[in-house]
Amino acid sequence: MAHDTAHHESNTGKIWKVFFILSVITIVEVFLGIIKPAFLVETTVISMKLLNWIFIILTIWKAYYITWSFMHMEGETKGLRRAVVWTAIFLICYLIFILLTEGDYVYEVFKAGYKSWDF
Amino acid sequence: METAVTKTDTEDKIWGGGNQPLKASYGKMMMWFFILSDALTFSGFLAAYGFSRFKFIDSWPIADEVFNHFPFLHGVDAPMYYVALMTFILIFSSVTMVLAVDAGHQMKQKKVIIYMFWTIIGGLIFVGSQAWEWKNFIKGEYGAVETRGGQILQFVDTEGHRVGLEEIAILNSNSDRVQHDEKSGIWYKSEPTLPTYTIDEIRAGFAKKTDVLIRTQTLTAEGEKTILSREESLRRLQNDAIGIVEGANLRHNEYGTPLFANFFFFITGFHGFHVFSGVIINIIIFINVILGTYERRKNYEMVEKVGLYWHFVDLVWVFVFTFFYLV
Repeated sequence: MAHDTAHHESNTGKIWKVFFILSVITIVEVFLGIIKPAFLVETTVISMKLLNWIFIILTIWKAYYITWSFMHMEGETKGLRRAVVWTAIFLICYLIFILLTEGDYVYEVFKAGYKSWDF
Repeated sequence: METAVTKTDTEDKIWGGGNQPLKASYGKMMMWFFILSDALTFSGFLAAYGFSRFKFIDSWPIADEVFNHFPFLHGVDAPMYYVALMTFILIFSSVTMVLAVDAGHQMKQKKVIIYMFWTIIGGLIFVGSQAWEWKNFIKGEYGAVETRGGQILQFVDTEGHRVGLEEIAILNSNSDRVQHDEKSGIWYKSEPTLPTYTIDEIRAGFAKKTDVLIRTQTLTAEGEKTILSREESLRRLQNDAIGIVEGANLRHNEYGTPLFANFFFFITGFHGFHVFSGVIINIIIFINVILGTYERRKNYEMVEKVGLYWHFVDLVWVFVFTFFYLV
């Protein structure tokens, strides 16, 4: 908005800091993806490998930095922020829950041998 | 000059539309809601991918074996490096974009031009890299055999290293079959591209190569593909195999289930299309910045709005990267 233009100080320092954080997270992800530490692969938490949980948490962490810092979500009003973020989080969680549950069910049906598919 | 910042002359009328509870301009707010709906579209795709993956959780292709190319390092097994580089390029173009927005807030036209230029270059490099990744996936590497049930059988030596079809096949020069083209038949019908080898040539070669085994799609408890014994390999190739698969398309995929290829092409394609349109929109705004449009308008909010879109593209890539390449 027009009245914003006059009193905006530069945020360059913060931008580079966020870039540094995002880079470090990506490097950690790639590093873990290449070496795949055995204990992270073997440990299972809530029916998924611990390594995969770590990847997902790091990804959400990155998403948080991109949205809050790069997209300036922190500077928006509470109303706009909640309208966008809560809607997305609620619907995405719901969608993931039903589809993954269903996928796992289909897997069990295939495994039970009611249907021959490996021939 | 009122095109981007809507004024309705109701600013002082609290009960006549003068309230702005979200304190954002119309354009910026609508960009946010567009991004929200687009985010839900991508989530729908990725959740569908998750569904299919859970359905085939013990036979899904291993991404490290599929995407292991790096430019100028031919034949070197380099999983993840290239896609990590692509991720960096996209994050960095996001950084230059946010620097452009920042410079816009301070009305520094020259700086906005420079930063937007680098953003566009980063976007173009990313789209090009994506195309290269597609090319490698479509072309394939070792080739495989498909069974009647649509399962993929790959060849490995006794140490578990992959063996390409060209090392196995014994060419039968008597049964050479040529590709039937549209121009050579009276009904102007062509046939799908013939594979380099026939299944019989592979069978003949496999029978002679006693140190080659077959690897199925099924994952072991350690997350590796199951390798069959020599007898079992011979039996499966003789009884079940019906054709050759080289590379990947929407129907066949030499790396495993075709669903993997379908989702890869669809999701990265849809994302690539977003990057491409982002580059186009960035170029339009870039030209406007050079022409001084926003200098005359006395605000650079348009740069901020395309910036939002551009960051969103980066945001989606962060998730695509995780779910296709890492998890």
